[in-house]
Amino acid sequence: MIKKDFSILIGGKAGEGSRKAGLVIAKLFTELGYKIFIYDDYQSLIRGGHNFSHIRAADKKILSHREKLDFLLGLNKDVIEKHKNKLDKNGIIIQNSEAKKAVEEVGGKSMMENTALIAIFAKNIGIEWKLLEKVLKEEFKKFQKLNLRVAQRAFDKAEILIKVKKLNKKGFPLMTGNEALALGAVKAGLDLYLAYPMTPATGILHYLAENKDRFKVVVSQLENEVGIVNAAVGAVYAGKRTMIGTSGGGFALMTEGFSLAAQNESPLVIIESQRMSPGSGVPTYQAQGDLLFVLGAGHGDIIKFVIAPGDAEESCFWGGKILNLSWKYQTPSILLIDKEVSESTFSFDENILKKINREQPFLWNKKGRYLRYKNTKNGISPLAFPGDKNAIFKSNSYEHDEFGLTIEDKEGVKKMQDKRLRKFKEMEKEVDKLESVKVYGNKKSKKAIICWGSTKGPVKEVVEKLGLKMIQPIILQPFPAKKIKQVLKGVKKIVLAETSALGQMEKLLNSHGIKVDKKILKYDARPFLPEEIEKKLSKF
Amino acid sequence: MSNKNIKLETSARNTWCPGCGNFGILASLKEAISEIINEGISKEEIVLVSGIGCGSKIIDYINLNSFSSLHGRSIISAEGIKMANPKLKVIAFTGDGGCYNEGIAHLIHAAKRNADITVLVHDNRNFALTTSQFTATSPKGFKGKSTPQGNIEEPFNPLELMFSLKTSFIARGYSMKINHLKDLIKKGIKHKGFSFIEILQPCITFFDNTDFYNQRVYEMKENDLKTDGEIIKKIKEWDYKNNNSKIPLGIFYQREGPTYEENLLK
Repeated sequence: MIKKDFSILIGGKAGEGSRKAGLVIAKLFTELGYKIFIYDDYQSLIRGGHNFSHIRAADKKILSHREKLDFLLGLNKDVIEKHKNKLDKNGIIIQNSEAKKAVEEVGGKSMMENTALIAIFAKNIGIEWKLLEKVLKEEFKKFQKLNLRVAQRAFDKAEILIKVKKLNKKGFPLMTGNEALALGAVKAGLDLYLAYPMTPATGILHYLAENKDRFKVVVSQLENEVGIVNAAVGAVYAGKRTMIGTSGGGFALMTEGFSLAAQNESPLVIIESQRMSPGSGVPTYQAQGDLLFVLGAGHGDIIKFVIAPGDAEESCFWGGKILNLSWKYQTPSILLIDKEVSESTFSFDENILKKINREQPFLWNKKGRYLRYKNTKNGISPLAFPGDKNAIFKSNSYEHDEFGLTIEDKEGVKKMQDKRLRKFKEMEKEVDKLESVKVYGNKKSKKAIICWGSTKGPVKEVVEKLGLKMIQPIILQPFPAKKIKQVLKGVKKIVLAETSALGQMEKLLNSHGIKVDKKILKYDARPFLPEEIEKKLSKF
Repeated sequence: MSNKNIKLETSARNTWCPGCGNFGILASLKEAISEIINEGISKEEIVLVSGIGCGSKIIDYINLNSFSSLHGRSIISAEGIKMANPKLKVIAFTGDGGCYNEGIAHLIHAAKRNADITVLVHDNRNFALTTSQFTATSPKGFKGKSTPQGNIEEPFNPLELMFSLKTSFIARGYSMKINHLKDLIKKGIKHKGFSFIEILQPCITFFDNTDFYNQRVYEMKENDLKTDGEIIKKIKEWDYKNNNSKIPLGIFYQREGPTYEENLLK
């Protein structure tokens, strides 16, 4: 059988360009028609340390990397030492000695060793110079000529070891989950993105800032997360579709503002990209430990949309959908992702963008006196904006009457709480209409694995191989319990897989009467690999 | 008066203590707003933003667009509103507790980036709505409920901080000088850029320094302030400590320059 699933690890010190090299390798495979997944492992430092990219290229869509390596490329010796135990028995090691030589021989810069290493690898797997040259020209705009000379020299001296088959398929553009999410939000009419930098959400800020003119989005970095959330609530009051992004620590600072948005009924969308906590935790690494925090976030009685996409295409779709939902129900919402979704690179099928539109919220009909908090049957009050003729829009963080003036009387307070409760009911109904739960693998299997977020990737691969069922809740609040119970019919054993120490999804399932039989948990700040899940499953 | 055709009252019942300094600020504000509306600004384009505290209740008493934010966050919410719709005239209200304690980062950054909003600080020099504790402008020795033996910290002079940031409009008014304060508010609203108006306001229940202010405040000759040295000298004339100096009122500093929103949205 011809091999069509390759794993390549390239590593080096921070600043040596291993991430860039990994991306170029992924582009070479994309040109050959392969689907890509790149896991980036890097430390919280700027120079030194040990960073690596793990590129997987396969003939079908893949959402995780694997344990075994076909190629190990080191920009220094440590990389080889650290990872050689993962090398497959036919695996190939490419050291930096030849790369170094090529750089020296053509008078290149030491930082071009990654270019030379790519060229050696390309030759080893039978890629033609022309294709390599094309990709390098696209990727290296700085010192392009010198980079090409380095590549040519390294390429010429290297041998062809195998011949990777060119597939008769179209390669997709490569995007991180953060970038795909931003694209979806833009498609749904994002006007304003506010953020204070925090890994792993920072990529959204960078991507939108770099493309703000093309996307017609205003991007601003403000003094701190408390500032971000309160400015954002102000911006949505003035009518702009606004998103803010952070990780767990930043979100903790935003929760008071989140609660404000629930009280004054602001359609505010927060992206919370989880990383290993508590505290500063392991800042550039994976975890799903913020679930219960996010579900309970905001003081007071609050139901919000919490949506947890598990890959780039889902991030794109739900990144747009959550804006529309928030505006439809005038409610704050949280898009809950994790480092593995945010920063991994995926082959991205742009067709998903066709499913996203800017949906119009419920607007004031300009008749009579405007009441911001009009006590309607479904709890949703028509929207106007400051500046609209003949409307006085009073937004209030205190409990308020229909006009928006502060109240404290018991009848008035209960009436407004009841209005919001009716709105929450409508939100529940909406969740029933959406694709809030996804099922993969063998739908008739009596054994089901429940997982959410990026854990979808490795689990999906395992259930498809072993003929098991996988259930992925995407909307986590309001929780689609009815749907989950439906797809659990006939299932005798439920396993939960989560990258956390406590298995937080179990609590959520339990609160809806769903019992988990076994848990597969990983909390070493690394994502699951399909092999690990398979091994654990075999023990049950 | 010019405002007789503009009704700004709401149905809300006023809950300030009888004789509260906030009544003076409310009167000045209504007068200033009426005048700018009569001068051609549409009332729908005015947005009042408040935080939490006695003074922040002011937005319930004026029938205009308003946004009640959280404690210490009125300035940054006002910035968000202005960023989203730069055509709006955005006026933020905050107390000394909200502005100089809880939300001081927002004050500093708003001034630094020259956000085009007007900030009115109702400085009664204590947290009053929580029944009196010391704030950043309470004098040393101030006996609040958290410092029954006297505040052990010295107050700071907010104008000095604002001038260090070259805040584009720096003024101080007094809640008992309604006409003078009205003029400051109008000038602040009309000023392009960040307008900071510190308002001395006696808290008649917990910190009644009406006599202290009445004996010391004076309207300064603004044209005399030409150099940085002269401005800083005037700002330091009274340092918020209980000494015997006079307290100058008026505009200490004003400069023209591009606003944050102009730069952000261009």
